[in-house]
Amino acid sequence: MTRSARRTRRTGRMLQVAGVGAAAVLALSACSSDSDSSTKSGSTAKSDKLSGTVTVFAAASLKESFTTLGKDFEKAHPGTKVTFNFGGSDTLAAGITGGAPADVFAAASPKTMAIVTDKSDAAGTPATFVRNQLEIATLPGNPDKVASLEDLTKSGLKVVLCDRTVPCGAAAQKALDASSLKLTPVSYEQDVKSALTKVELKEADAAVVYRTDVNAAGDKVEGVEFPESAKAINDYPIVLLKDAPNAAAAKEFIALVRSPEGQKVLTSAGFLQP
Amino acid sequence: MPLPLLLPALVGLAFLLLPLLALLVRAPWRGLPNLLTSTAVWQALQLSLVCATAATGVSLVLGVPLAWLLARTDFPGRGFVRALVTLPLVLPPVVGGVALLLALGRNGVVGQWLDAWFGITLPFTTAGVVVAEAFVAMPFLVISVEGTLRAADPRYEEAAATLGASRFTAFRRVTLPLIAPGIAAGAVLAWARALGEFGATITFAGNFPGRTQTMPLAVYLALQSDPDAAIALSLVLLVVSIAVLAGLRDRWMTGAS
Repeated sequence: MTRSARRTRRTGRMLQVAGVGAAAVLALSACSSDSDSSTKSGSTAKSDKLSGTVTVFAAASLKESFTTLGKDFEKAHPGTKVTFNFGGSDTLAAGITGGAPADVFAAASPKTMAIVTDKSDAAGTPATFVRNQLEIATLPGNPDKVASLEDLTKSGLKVVLCDRTVPCGAAAQKALDASSLKLTPVSYEQDVKSALTKVELKEADAAVVYRTDVNAAGDKVEGVEFPESAKAINDYPIVLLKDAPNAAAAKEFIALVRSPEGQKVLTSAGFLQP
Repeated sequence: MPLPLLLPALVGLAFLLLPLLALLVRAPWRGLPNLLTSTAVWQALQLSLVCATAATGVSLVLGVPLAWLLARTDFPGRGFVRALVTLPLVLPPVVGGVALLLALGRNGVVGQWLDAWFGITLPFTTAGVVVAEAFVAMPFLVISVEGTLRAADPRYEEAAATLGASRFTAFRRVTLPLIAPGIAAGAVLAWARALGEFGATITFAGNFPGRTQTMPLAVYLALQSDPDAAIALSLVLLVVSIAVLAGLRDRWMTGAS
């Protein structure tokens, strides 16, 4: 009983310390210049135990692997919590430049990352942590016998692409242009997951998505690789955000993503190493 | 007016109006003519108007009889049915879109038979947009018409019946003219709701310019690459919405009360 009482008191003190630290970081980031606050919060990261919530805005295609990494992070740093906002990279970037309280941004293309860095909402330079290649997702068993990108241009086939404003759509367009193919889809979806869903629900016959999405969908879809995808490989940059409410933990999360263990999770999901 | 009420009232007013004002302040007025005359915008606007009108038509044809059923007949579980009818009002539109996919999609519960027997598939078609919009908008019409029907005196219909009119004739010649203002108000509400429909449309009908890309979808996707265009498109929808409200007020709202 005394032990538990002592423990409560100790955790209470620890919470107090953490609270003061968080307040200090907040105050610093609120009133000092950017470079100053980032170095200060960096130094607190080493002396203090990590705590609090890390908010990660990540491209929809990172959903499965980042969820795993988030759990790993929480396990390695008890007391922390990683929350994700997965979506189209453009939507996320717009949210960040609009002032969404996020710590980390992982985008599916340098172009969408540039939206954030152009508005100087990033602390430091984005680092490419993985690359992703396109693949065709077809119905299980590939009933339409899709074997190449060109097969998708056959009439009567319902193909779904991502909208050109999102990275998977831009990449698909690049691959189509590179092989001078003209493809009229039935829909330009707002992100890669909704494109894949249309195939999973069998509403569309095929979709051009990332290899990682095909992997994540398991046997609900069948993947068809195509050589043109090599001409449209997407780099995924990750960055710490300038107004990060929890910069110390966010840095550690980015470190985990770029670490050998993190890379192992990502490559097993189908991502390529940068 | 007491100050404790006035202050929150003014804050509330500001809260509702500020975003709309911001839209006007940030609007790219100089580039507006160019942005609004692009074919993509006209396609989306045209499609929006056509689909919203068609959805309102569907709602009228199916919704007025449904409202009559709820207001004028008595059957067990009527309250429950009434609650079900209003469900799409509170259901998140995306959920509506998913439900529609599972029901009427190519692989859906009913949709697979539509496809097998008639070769009809609704997703990714303009008809799919109309279906999605009608699903979300029809309850507005039903509720509005039902309310008017309840307020209308059923004795007129009874009088018509004693004079030898069949129930359908009485409905057509007596009830319909009686509740016309309510139907009109309901139709305008449904039309406005259909025009602004986003979630169910993008989920069920997808996004293809000229076929299923309505204005709200165009706004959403434009925001990702060209915020100015998104603001310009939003302005158009704002103007249309204000016009609808003004029309409602002058012609029907005051007329019905």
